[in-house]
Amino acid sequence: MPNTPDYHWPPMDKRRVMGKRLDRLDGIAKSTGAAKYNSDLKPEGMLFGALLTSPYAHAKVKSIDTSAAEKLAGVTAVRAIVKAGDELQWAGQEMVFLAATTEEIANDAVRLIKVDYEVMPHLVLEEDLSKVGNRARPSGEQATGDTEKAFQEADATSEGSYGIPVLTHCCLEPHGQTIAIKGDRAEYFPSTQNVYGIASDIGRALNIPIANVHVHMDYMGGGFGSKFPADRWGLESAELSKASGGRPVKLFLDRATELTIAGNRPSVFAKVKTAAKKDGTITAWQSETWSTGGIGGGNLNAALFPYVFTQVPNRRINHTAVSVNAGAARAWRAPSHPQVCFITCSAFEDLAAKINMDPLDMFLKNLNYTSRADLYKFQFAKAAELMEWKKNWHPRGDSGNGPVKRGLGLALGTWGGAGHASTCKTTIHPDASVEVELATQDLGTGTRTMVAMIAAETFGLPISAIKVKLGDNAYPNSGGSGGSTTVGGVTSSTRKASVNALTKLFEVVAKSLNVSADDLEAVDQRISVKGNPDKSMSFAQACQKLGVNSISEMGANEPAKAPQEGLNTGGVGGVQMADVSVDTETGIVKMNRLVAVQDCGLVVNPKTAESQVYGACIMSICGALYEERIMDEQTGRVLNPDMEFYKLAGIGDIGEIIVHMDIREEMDKRGVVGLGEPCAIGGIAAIANAVANAIGVRAPRVPLTPARVLAALERRTA
Amino acid sequence: MSLKQEPEKRKRKSNFSRRGFLQGVGITSGVLTTGVLEKEAEAQSSPKVAGPGEVPITLQINGRPYKTSVEPRTTLLDALRHRLDLTAAKRVCDRGTCGACTVIVDGKVMYSCTVLAIDAQGRQIQTLEGLAQNGKPHAVSRAFVANDAQQCGYCTPGFVMAAKGFLDKNPNPTYEEVKSGLGGNLCRCGTYMGVRKAVLDAAKEMKGAKNA
Repeated sequence: MPNTPDYHWPPMDKRRVMGKRLDRLDGIAKSTGAAKYNSDLKPEGMLFGALLTSPYAHAKVKSIDTSAAEKLAGVTAVRAIVKAGDELQWAGQEMVFLAATTEEIANDAVRLIKVDYEVMPHLVLEEDLSKVGNRARPSGEQATGDTEKAFQEADATSEGSYGIPVLTHCCLEPHGQTIAIKGDRAEYFPSTQNVYGIASDIGRALNIPIANVHVHMDYMGGGFGSKFPADRWGLESAELSKASGGRPVKLFLDRATELTIAGNRPSVFAKVKTAAKKDGTITAWQSETWSTGGIGGGNLNAALFPYVFTQVPNRRINHTAVSVNAGAARAWRAPSHPQVCFITCSAFEDLAAKINMDPLDMFLKNLNYTSRADLYKFQFAKAAELMEWKKNWHPRGDSGNGPVKRGLGLALGTWGGAGHASTCKTTIHPDASVEVELATQDLGTGTRTMVAMIAAETFGLPISAIKVKLGDNAYPNSGGSGGSTTVGGVTSSTRKASVNALTKLFEVVAKSLNVSADDLEAVDQRISVKGNPDKSMSFAQACQKLGVNSISEMGANEPAKAPQEGLNTGGVGGVQMADVSVDTETGIVKMNRLVAVQDCGLVVNPKTAESQVYGACIMSICGALYEERIMDEQTGRVLNPDMEFYKLAGIGDIGEIIVHMDIREEMDKRGVVGLGEPCAIGGIAAIANAVANAIGVRAPRVPLTPARVLAALERRTA
Repeated sequence: MSLKQEPEKRKRKSNFSRRGFLQGVGITSGVLTTGVLEKEAEAQSSPKVAGPGEVPITLQINGRPYKTSVEPRTTLLDALRHRLDLTAAKRVCDRGTCGACTVIVDGKVMYSCTVLAIDAQGRQIQTLEGLAQNGKPHAVSRAFVANDAQQCGYCTPGFVMAAKGFLDKNPNPTYEEVKSGLGGNLCRCGTYMGVRKAVLDAAKEMKGAKNA
């Protein structure tokens, strides 16, 4: 029986490609405009789709008449998906889809649809729990220890209210697809995080074999957790194509619809009480929280309270989900974590201020309540050094006499991120070209580049010698990109497939070098006898020995077996520290610096890894200072479904960002771990804490707009 | 055909702008007579009225003419993307906020979602597709790669064009000037740190190229 090949990663000091700061492979295609996104496609005969959505947050359709739209020249198909008597549950709910020869005609046709509505009462605001009536769904209390007793015996207690609103993903490439249905076959070009899995949505809805649904996507313009299913617009575009003789239909949502219905992150509002001893030991946590994720209610994992410090001995946690008449929540980079982190770290910072303690000292003091005390201790020390925390921190509010107050804040985060199921096929051709195929997707995280790096490392080749083929469900099954599971999955499957293929090549070469295949290694574009580099041949010569045959081998990451194999694992930590200046006359918060120290096990490409952390920090700045979905109580609509008033930070709004990847041998030994989510957690909390430190009072509700900062200052002086 | 004369000719023929009109009347005249207003109305509803329906247009893009037809309400962005398969410019906000559709028109950086295609006739339009020279990507494009100033890449074409236009006018920018000069482009993945470095790198290389 043959021995199992050695799949282990080469030791850190032996790696030639992994761990290097390499440019992303698709960089030039993106920065020259050559990259074709699926929203850029215009196949022969393509039609444009458009949709009518509900203008009311809650209404009954009294009548609907699409006849004028159907008669408009250029319109090829109209599909009403609601009928008289149906109830509409949120503004933006899809009602009619249609296709036409030009986008202008399609939009004109939508305007010709006549609908009579019976407007019904709606609820769109959840911030005041006393006003939501029967839309509240409490999920019952989780209690550990004796919270009441802990509060009575504590040296200090702190009470506070906090709020973090609904955000929308605001992917720059909107949700949508180009799709053609011909007979029982589909050519499907979506913008998706789920190239392999999404085919089944179309197959099931149209009752055609999933095997006949061909999915292809080379590039995608942002998902952040919101782009997994085919969605109603995908299924209806398929139906429109079918009804239009199989012509391709392109429908990507316009910006307003994108921001209204294509995904959002649940809000959380909280009343928190905490307790500590004089020395900073936290003794109790009590939280009453509520949130909305749209019509379906909750979507918040309240069991995460108190965040990271989950072993605080006395805990009482109550959470209520509120159903509102608004578009449904979807996963967003680290679901629940940024919100729970914000509330927890804000409450603990307030508690530290109550006992006049540096929050860094308090966080360090209580690390035994976390599951990674040593890691956080190391990371806080590193971050404090980069931030010059001890030099720059001052007690809350003790920030000088001028109108501009500077403050520091901190937070910490955790995530899983073990690799998902992934299968890969690696092929070595006689001309020495190497192909790696797997049905994964590159969201801009650098997946394509990392797959090439793993194969290049394994074969002793430069990354330019590897052809990576992904973004197509004709390739072997690889999981959807959610939960930071991609990098662990695809690097492990690529490693195994490549080692398997190389083993086959060694068997061919061994004979001519008159050694056993086990004695060979692939280094510097040569196949050599281990310890005897003179006995070798070039990789190209070795491949010539294949004659006319290629070697194709599979490799798989199976999550259940991964922990034993050691190629990937889960469980990471990271800390962030913020430095802000607040103008107390205008209420404007200015970012000075944000420091992120982040672990993700073995870092395949530090360059793209750092980019992800920079990006997550900037996303956190947006959440802390700018972005918020604003609902209008009167009309029930989103008031800011555009990029003018749904505010994102610009290039001048972010201060300086310092990223330190926690690359150490003991981290590296754990294997590859996902990064996208964990770095997107702590920033909002760190910034909010820095503002509290600067102005001497908690501004409880993010984003910290000038109005909210000024309101907090008013309470302080009142 | 002299390309430089094109915008002038167009101005004389159809660009009956409000500002031009007021200048013509004279800002000191104080009272506008009904007769003048009628003339303005006449000028606007003259045979120059285009549409409804598609009208043929010619656009000068990256130094060559492109003929197509669009409805008068079609933006330059949609004409590029839907009619000419020039899809580097992206449609993101479609309301002149985010800069993903940035092109350079007569040397000026513009959001192509805010310009009508029919109004872009006779003007020199440069899109990202036309930036490479002799097949070599432009210095700004290369600097974006070297500094990893892109993730999903959807804002990148607009950012590269905005950076190019910025550097044409500010060949020697400071870090602070880059931060304020590129404020018209938004990125959701958060690539700004790389963009800042890329623009400074590209500036150095472009200056070097000029001296060579």
